[in-house]
Amino acid sequence: MMMYPKISIQNLNLSIRKQPILKDINLDIPPNKITVILGPSGCGKTTLLKCLNRLIDLEENIDINGKIILDGEDILNTRKDLPGIRKKMGLLSQRPYPLPMSIFDNIAYGMRINGLRNKGVIHQKVEHYLKQLSLWDEVKDRLREPASRLSLGQQQRLCLARGLAVEPEIILADEPTSALDPISSMSIEKKFVQLKENYTIILVTHILRQAKRLADYVAFIYLGEVIEFGTADEFFNNPRQDITKEYIRGIFN
Amino acid sequence: MYFLRREKVSSIIMYFFLGLALVIPIVLVIGLFIKSNGVFDNNSISDLLFSTVWKPYQGKYGFGAFIFNSVLVTMLSALMAVPVCILAAVYLTYYTKSIYLKIFQPIIDILAGIPSIIYGVWGVLIVVPVISKYVAPFFHYESTGYSVFTGGVILAIMIIPFILNILIEIFKSISKELPEASIALGATQWQTIKYVVMRKAFTGIVSSVVFGLSRAFGETIAVLMVVGNVTQLPGNIFQPGYPLPSLIANNFGELMAIPGYESALMFAAVILFFIVMFFNIAARLLITRYENSVLS
Amino acid sequence: MRKKLLRIEEIFFKLLMILSLAIVVLVLSIIVYTIFKKGLPSLSWEMISQTPKGGYYFGKGGGILNAIVGSVYLAFGATLLAIIIGIPVSLLLNIHLKKFKRLVDSIRGFFDLLCGIPSIVYGAFGFTIMIFLGIKASLLAGIITIALLILPIMINAMDAVLKNVPTGLLQASMSLGANKSQTAFIVYLRQCSSAIITAIIISFGRAIGDTAAVLFTTGYTDNIPSSLLQPSATLPLSIFFQLSSPIPEVQNRAYASAAILTIIILIISLISRVLSGKYNKHKIS
Repeated sequence: MMMYPKISIQNLNLSIRKQPILKDINLDIPPNKITVILGPSGCGKTTLLKCLNRLIDLEENIDINGKIILDGEDILNTRKDLPGIRKKMGLLSQRPYPLPMSIFDNIAYGMRINGLRNKGVIHQKVEHYLKQLSLWDEVKDRLREPASRLSLGQQQRLCLARGLAVEPEIILADEPTSALDPISSMSIEKKFVQLKENYTIILVTHILRQAKRLADYVAFIYLGEVIEFGTADEFFNNPRQDITKEYIRGIFN
Repeated sequence: MYFLRREKVSSIIMYFFLGLALVIPIVLVIGLFIKSNGVFDNNSISDLLFSTVWKPYQGKYGFGAFIFNSVLVTMLSALMAVPVCILAAVYLTYYTKSIYLKIFQPIIDILAGIPSIIYGVWGVLIVVPVISKYVAPFFHYESTGYSVFTGGVILAIMIIPFILNILIEIFKSISKELPEASIALGATQWQTIKYVVMRKAFTGIVSSVVFGLSRAFGETIAVLMVVGNVTQLPGNIFQPGYPLPSLIANNFGELMAIPGYESALMFAAVILFFIVMFFNIAARLLITRYENSVLS
Repeated sequence: MRKKLLRIEEIFFKLLMILSLAIVVLVLSIIVYTIFKKGLPSLSWEMISQTPKGGYYFGKGGGILNAIVGSVYLAFGATLLAIIIGIPVSLLLNIHLKKFKRLVDSIRGFFDLLCGIPSIVYGAFGFTIMIFLGIKASLLAGIITIALLILPIMINAMDAVLKNVPTGLLQASMSLGANKSQTAFIVYLRQCSSAIITAIIISFGRAIGDTAAVLFTTGYTDNIPSSLLQPSATLPLSIFFQLSSPIPEVQNRAYASAAILTIIILIISLISRVLSGKYNKHKIS
């Protein structure tokens, strides 16, 4: 079937204020592939991502149990080195959130908080990641300008570059193109296809077409439960569950 | 509710009140200016603002000392209040569960509602002796306790709830995804506060400080009771001082006794008015700028 | 090593933060505790039921009834005056003038600025009015001055609530045939009644406790004023004068008076909290 999974989510249950949001999630995320988490808009999918990078810790009134195994370690139930765990995952949110600093400093942020001081190395890396996101030519003359002056599409690419700059192994993308125009969306999608060579990508989306374009594997989540999981081919051409069939046919909103 | 049916009538009455509410303050400010005119008979504007010569019987009114004292007391209070407020506000919005904020809000509101005179009484009761017996000697100064420093302490306590409320609003207005983005990059909560939140909130923080300063500058009774009220430029902060509002309040009795005194005190009120207005407008501009930056 | 330093820095600031919070709480506790501890023992029935007899400020008998009643009259009158002007103004801003956004924003900004004027400047304003109207230091002068002081605050508070009434309500009312004034008074006020009452109560609290604005305008007397044109004692001034007395017994009475004022303010805070809690329950939005 598949090689050793990069992340293995086991029996994950989560409730907010006693309301169950995630019910008995079991999911193995394959490495170096784009796994799409598909499903109608609701709070389950984003919450799942937040569990992966422990951002869920910042929320209140959460009851959570289960296991998330990354590289052999259960990262859900540990209290050690959370920043280290988070650095292994890059997060791209629905809307871009540039940090209140210059373009250069945004990319450099992750490196600097990890203690990197050498200006030459920092500069080199910033250039590298900006180039990787095809932003370098657009911004090289205004690296010191506030990042907020960029267009939304540029900001989102900036956020992706910023996330890559901490050298994660996994990219978590939460509906990353929902705030963008079609052209910027395409450019982000293209990047993901390039990036999966070196990263494991988990993409949450409710746009069926985007899933079809990008997915290697698909997990369909509805009302907090994993309804179906399989390769993109199996999922779109031969769905097993009825709900899945209806969703694909576009009957859901 | 018959009169309400006649929309014209009720509307006219309402507009009349609006007119009153708008016009009266303007008229009063103008009235204040007019009443203070007499003070220019013997003094030039720079005399009034910068000279420290205060001889009412000769018609010489140099407000320099009072303005200086006001500035000193206000700065002292800000120095003490602002760090406390920033730290407390950050803690309540980023380090504790939201329920704690709900618990603390009433405390802050009650502090804000306590009248000035009560702060003054408490100042005389507790703060003055403490400064005199412990604080001043600790710094190798002698003091009766009635001093600029005491004024600063009381003032600091009074503006804390005010600044704190504004700061809490400011921090709450930063969307939580921003610090989340920083944490997702592997930063700790404190690093996030230091490098991301503080930067984002900076304009708002400055604005809250300026608001606090404007509040502190105009506070009268509590300061008056503890500051000593000696016309001088204090040699050190443990000596008594005489800020502008205290001057006005204290000398009201003399009003009729000395000719021209009335216009001097009115002028003092004008100075006070201008300074406070300036701070207020500056703070408002800053907060508007902050709000625009957060909404973008 | 670096991680250790970072950790220490984080813990250090966390401690500072907790300390700051503790300061805020402690300060309130100490103030209330001290005032009560010093004041309550000297509190007697005589104090709140009698006016000062001759030589009160030098130790003789009597009480501060003059000040209590004076302050209540003052606060009541000022709040009433502020309500009469304030309610129409805030309704106008939110209903009749709603479409002139720029105008409304400017007026709001104007009142916001007025809020920031220190009360001693309002005292000077009041003095100017007294000369203009030819009245002496009296209850009336005090009422007008304090009304001016609390008016912007009241308008601000009411406006803040009225602003949030959904426009759907306005449209619904108008489409049922009501005119703007009817909509204003019958619909909007009802909708926000708790919050409006809260605003009124808070303004009342401000009116009772203010010193600087009554200093020049209300005068002082040992009697309970029987007409608006007579001077009146007020609690804050009464406290102030008692405290200035050289006699310890009188100073203790000052503390007791301070305790009374504090109790009044605490009760007002409590009532406004309870009411605003009720408001939040029934909000339509």
